[in-house]
Amino acid sequence: MSQEHQVAEEHAEAEVHTGHPTPLTYFKVAITLSVLTALEFGLFYLEWLSYGIIPVMGFLSAAKFLLVAMFYMHLRYDNVGISIFGRDVPIFSLMFVAGLIVAAGVVFALMALFAFFTGGA
Amino acid sequence: MAQATAHHGEHEPTTTGLNHRKMLMWAFLGSDCMFFGTLIATYLVYKNRSITGPLPEDVFSIPVTTVSTFVLLMSSMSMVLAYAALTRNSMKTFRIWLASTCILGATFVGFQVYEFTTFANYEHKVYCADVGVKELTPLKQQLAEKCGTEDEHNGVVEEVVGLTPRTNLFGSTFYTLTGFHGAHVTLGIVWLLSLFFLSFKKGMVTPEKNLDLDLAPLYWHFVDIVWIVIFTVVYLFGVFPGF
Amino acid sequence: MTTMAFPIPRPTHPTGIWNWITTIDHKKIGVLYGVTAFILFLTGGIEALLMRIQLAGPNQDIVSAEIFNQLFTMHGTTMIFLAIMPLSAAFFNFVIPLQIGARDVAFPRLNAFSYWTFLAGAIILKISWFTGGATNAGWFGYAPLTSVQQNPGTGIDYWIVSLQVLGIASLAASFNFLVTIINMRAPGMSFMRLPLFTWMTFITNILIVLAFPVITVALIELYFDRSFGMNFFNVARGGDPVLWQHLFWVFGHPEVYILILPAMGIVSEILPTFSKKPLFGYPAIVLAGAIIAFMGWMVWSHHMFTVGLGPIPVTVFTITTMAIAVPTGIKVFNWMGTMWGGSMDFKTPMLYAIGFVAMFTIGGISGVMHSMASSDAQQQDTYFIVAHIHYVLFGGAIFAIFAGIYYWFPKITGRMYSETLGKINFWITMVGFNLAFFPQHFLGLDGMPRRIYTYDASMGWNLWNGVSTAGVIILAIGILIFMHNIVKSWRKGELAGGDPWDGRTLEWSIPSPPPEYNFAEIPTVYDRDDWWARKRREVRRGVPVAGGSGEDEHHDIHLPQPSYWPLVVAIGLFIGGIGLVYPVGMYAISMVGVFIGTVAVYAWSFEPVNDPEEGEQAAH
Repeated sequence: MSQEHQVAEEHAEAEVHTGHPTPLTYFKVAITLSVLTALEFGLFYLEWLSYGIIPVMGFLSAAKFLLVAMFYMHLRYDNVGISIFGRDVPIFSLMFVAGLIVAAGVVFALMALFAFFTGGA
Repeated sequence: MAQATAHHGEHEPTTTGLNHRKMLMWAFLGSDCMFFGTLIATYLVYKNRSITGPLPEDVFSIPVTTVSTFVLLMSSMSMVLAYAALTRNSMKTFRIWLASTCILGATFVGFQVYEFTTFANYEHKVYCADVGVKELTPLKQQLAEKCGTEDEHNGVVEEVVGLTPRTNLFGSTFYTLTGFHGAHVTLGIVWLLSLFFLSFKKGMVTPEKNLDLDLAPLYWHFVDIVWIVIFTVVYLFGVFPGF
Repeated sequence: MTTMAFPIPRPTHPTGIWNWITTIDHKKIGVLYGVTAFILFLTGGIEALLMRIQLAGPNQDIVSAEIFNQLFTMHGTTMIFLAIMPLSAAFFNFVIPLQIGARDVAFPRLNAFSYWTFLAGAIILKISWFTGGATNAGWFGYAPLTSVQQNPGTGIDYWIVSLQVLGIASLAASFNFLVTIINMRAPGMSFMRLPLFTWMTFITNILIVLAFPVITVALIELYFDRSFGMNFFNVARGGDPVLWQHLFWVFGHPEVYILILPAMGIVSEILPTFSKKPLFGYPAIVLAGAIIAFMGWMVWSHHMFTVGLGPIPVTVFTITTMAIAVPTGIKVFNWMGTMWGGSMDFKTPMLYAIGFVAMFTIGGISGVMHSMASSDAQQQDTYFIVAHIHYVLFGGAIFAIFAGIYYWFPKITGRMYSETLGKINFWITMVGFNLAFFPQHFLGLDGMPRRIYTYDASMGWNLWNGVSTAGVIILAIGILIFMHNIVKSWRKGELAGGDPWDGRTLEWSIPSPPPEYNFAEIPTVYDRDDWWARKRREVRRGVPVAGGSGEDEHHDIHLPQPSYWPLVVAIGLFIGGIGLVYPVGMYAISMVGVFIGTVAVYAWSFEPVNDPEEGEQAAH
């Protein structure tokens, strides 16, 4: 391997792999995920919550989603920004969040168009 | 997927310093969000529009699905630990965690198969004495109508009302959504198994290549977070007739 | 670096046909895309010609109603998926790496895979003519016309499978180009220095990545309905055909921008070059493109105003549709501002580019007309819509593609086309196009529905239908002249040199045709329109401008070697796809396809890499 390649590789290593968490952090995240799932399961049987359960569950599942994306998928650590219109845009998050936002938008728009929120078909 | 297990020695310096393949993977995941988003949209739009039962509140067993959700979450943990082991160059730990990821993933798929067969052979009992006490699901109402007319039931109506993809809109949308998720998991297992066997071959799976090997974990965690959404939206919210 | 022992060696220096089959060079793949898509464009044109001949006069019986249904469906599907998209892809392939100063795309083999998969999808669609009737439910395949009860033949299934395969090709290509544009820019080439065509390609590929999964899911659901008796669009079981329309247009409207944004990019390259002025309002055009891409997701229901969505959705989508005309208008004014006061050189690419601006504006204005729901109720499903779509897609996209072909022809082939024939071609096409499609506005407002195979003489539509058909024949003559020009010039046109237009972007800084490695030395970029600026700098400093002249010295640049496997994976997809068309008893065929595909994917992954050092040893 030529020197140039090595340098490039080290550069990439330094850029991307600084500060990945330790296995202990991963383990803590796993514990949190389990607790959140247990919480979901427990709350599910509280009948007095009624429809109030929907925002609660929504919040819990969003929390799990974020934990996995941030820690396990390394979004918290791996983002390198590219400059568009003078702003640094973290590129991995951009790609993923673009998909997420458009998908969520389409889901909610279709639900609204099919009178999901107003009841009746 | 084709690029997935590619083991190139290309280490060209890139404009952003980020690995090409990893960037492709993120673009793919963004795209896959739209794929599952559309499936979920179809499911939600058609919720409460099935003409016949069974409906989610009839068939779902939240405890079972909670356990399978837990299994998949744990597989994500073992995946990330495998990756961490690889970056520290402890191949043995890497293989152990990788194998457990595969086993946990397979367990999840097993749960899904079990769930699908249970749903397809769903058998329902209505105790005529309970009729009218609480709100009944449409399916229970359907069955309960037989209570008064036929004496031979002895106060219990029992019928197999299996849920297949053809039964009703719920069946079509539910099996398509969760089936495609299961297919993603299965593909992930094949990919991880390939990496597992490759790791015995010298030079194929090495710490230097961990950037490329980051792809399979990314894919795996993505499938996991899709399930987090499905578990909440389809299962937990599913049993609310009004949602 | 360890090289794994692998039974089948990588092809090293294939020649002749194998050179093209195994190539992973973005320039050759671009040419393959272009030639294939142009042939498919001709087949779509022949389908259109047959329809126009049938409609030339009242009560004609040249083609039957059944064939007519197949003709308009295949014409639409062909032109959108097999002509305009891949012709744009041809430019992506050829031009993008050159414009950003790269030696190839990020994933050369994936690029070859995209092309072969596109070809597989195209063949699947086109063979349905010969297997018992092509698809006949309109290019948007509205449910329940596509249900197995209404449409029991295999035509719809071929259409479904073909679109899925084409979707895989488009997605693979888009991932590739996104990574290429983000990650392979030459040093100094920041995002705000990207050439406009690269910018528009970037935005287009974001749209493809996000839009195609939607149609994939819709087609899967339709396929499940047809093959496994599921209930997605089955009204009897509670399904809603309107959901198909929504899913289709959630994809379909971004798709419209997927077709037009590359065209806008091409025009934004040509206008400054032939006006000898920098592009007017570069950031505004970039931003307008990004806004179009974003707002493109908020307007889809304007295709469905007459479905009965209710007043609120109709109002919302009317407003968003009118709003999206604004960024498009910004672009039109910027193009005019670019030409204003420039020293314009009316070469053929410039004529086509100006033609694009004019025709696209007409199409855009008729588009704003039916953004108004009340007005749209009158125009829905009439020839007015046909006129509109042809003004934006033929007068728009195809004109820009012709402009692009003429513009980059010297770069691609190293030879100059005949300017005289080019100008004749432009004027005949321009006249034929307007004769063919402008009268359709009148027909539509007079109430002539689209997709009818004939009409009665008493309807009063005879004159304009006759004119329209005459226009199409003139248009066809124009296309023939174009083909003559291209074929003749490719063989023995004058040598063009590296920079025949006094170009602005990096592709003009290298010889024509470009060497396999593109850039002997990766350039460093200091300016937007870097090559233009570099020429001016060097002239000021009294240094002769060297670039652009052919330099034939041997450069020791190692490129990835060709590969068989992309083609084999595509063959697997083709066989598997054909199997899906006949689900009963033909699973075996699908399995063969899956098997071939899987083996090829593994072979692809383990294909030996041509190690730089090994290559050097072999060379010396």
